[in-house]
Order: sequence, then structure tokens, then C-alpha cells
Amino acid sequence: MNENNGEIKKMMIILSKGSLENVYAAFILANGARMEGIEAEIFFTFFGLEAIHKKKLEHLHVATVGNPAMHIPTMLGGLPGMEALATTMMKKEMDKLDMPGVHEFLDILKASGVKLWACKLAMEMFHLTKEDMYNGIGGVITVGEFYKKGAGIGTHMLFV
Amino acid sequence: MEKIISGKTISVNEEGYLTNFSQWDKTIATEIAKEEGIAELGPKHWQIIDYLQEQNKKEIPLSIRKIGKSGVVDIEEFYALFPQGPLKKATKIAGIPKPASCI
Repeated sequence: MNENNGEIKKMMIILSKGSLENVYAAFILANGARMEGIEAEIFFTFFGLEAIHKKKLEHLHVATVGNPAMHIPTMLGGLPGMEALATTMMKKEMDKLDMPGVHEFLDILKASGVKLWACKLAMEMFHLTKEDMYNGIGGVITVGEFYKKGAGIGTHMLFV
Repeated sequence: MEKIISGKTISVNEEGYLTNFSQWDKTIATEIAKEEGIAELGPKHWQIIDYLQEQNKKEIPLSIRKIGKSGVVDIEEFYALFPQGPLKKATKIAGIPKPASCI
């Protein structure tokens, strides 16, 4: 940590989840890095791929089950429509804070210089091709290739 | 804190942001820009600085998203004109407070 005074130069963020709260966490961390002059790259894997899947990215939901911080009893959280309701409520709050929707957020990240990568293995598992994905992604790469992109002093990796 | 910029004594906070906007002028902006690694402020830079000052006067919180939608500059160009943290740098040069925004 002493090298470079421990200054952060690059954030390598791995997004493995497709629930709205996790997607926004990854996006805000990446965008916040760029705003401070820190480089940022996101590796979308497993359910995280939903955040760059053209047909799905605007329909992501907040998880209401298995999330004690929602303060909804698990049995109720599982009722039909609960996720949609919680999502609508959260989106309203986010709108008040001037938070963009997922597609617009991806556009902002791309314009800000954040590099977006899809995980090759997960793409194959879900039978997805590059054409199914948001146009701004840099490519479909392996874990090894992602690590290589993180080379250098001051790189930090983050798993969401 | 006080700092001497182009021969004038200016009040700044610990991060170097002006605390008294009435002390701001274009020479000071140019000097701060140099400190921030921007050798010369072109017409587009000034246009953005004007916009930021105007928004600040209206007490509208600044964000990258809003600047992208302002019609003054798109996000990509904003990053190119003020490299390494554009909102942070542009507001410092414009003599207005650093925005407390994550988006």
C-alpha cells in the first residue's frame, strides 16, 4: 500500500448480480471513480449480464426476498407484484435524486470513459451473443483478460 | 485560508476552491486552470464556466448528468476538456463550490 502513497488509480468492478440495487451500486462506484479522475472498468458476469442485456436492462427489479433491509416479511416479499411495487417506489426516489435509468446510466458511463466488458463464460452459459448486449460494451472477454487490464500500480478490484 | 493568485490575495478553502466568488475573474480562472494541468482555456471552456456559474447562482445542484443534458457540452467532451475529474476541476476554475455529487 506504500507504493504511490496508496492512491487509487483504477477501479476494476465485477458485477455478478442483476438486481437493481446491485447494478446501481456498481454503476455509481464506477461513475464516482471517473468523476474523481480514477479509471474504471466493469466486468459483467452471471446475472450481472442482465444490466447490459438490451431487452432486460430496463426491466431490472429490486430484490424483496432474502433482503432483511427491505423490512418486508419474506412471505410478503414473495407475493406476486411485490418486486414490481418496490422497484417502482425505489425508481421514484432515484428520480428525485436525478439518477438516470439503466440505459441512460450506461450511456453516461461510456461517455465518461468507463470500459464495459461481458464475461465470455457467462455469455456462453446464457446463450448470449454480443448482438444481444448494449452496443457500448468493449467486448466479450475472459477472467484472465480482465485481470490483465487491471495491471499497474494503484488498481483495486471490487466484487458486487 | 488565503492564497496569492496572479498577484491578488484570494480566499480559498483547504482544497483550493474560492470561498468568495466576488474575488473571481478570468485571470484567476486561467491561473487555477494551469495549476490543474489545463494550459489554456478555449471558448468551449469559457462557455462551460459561464454555464456552471449561472447554475450555481440559481442554486441548482450540479451533476455530470445535468451538464450532459445542458446543450452546452456532452459528457465525453466535458471529460476531454477538463481531464481527471471534470466537474471537480471545472467548478474550481469557475470559482464556485465543489459539488457534493456522486452522479
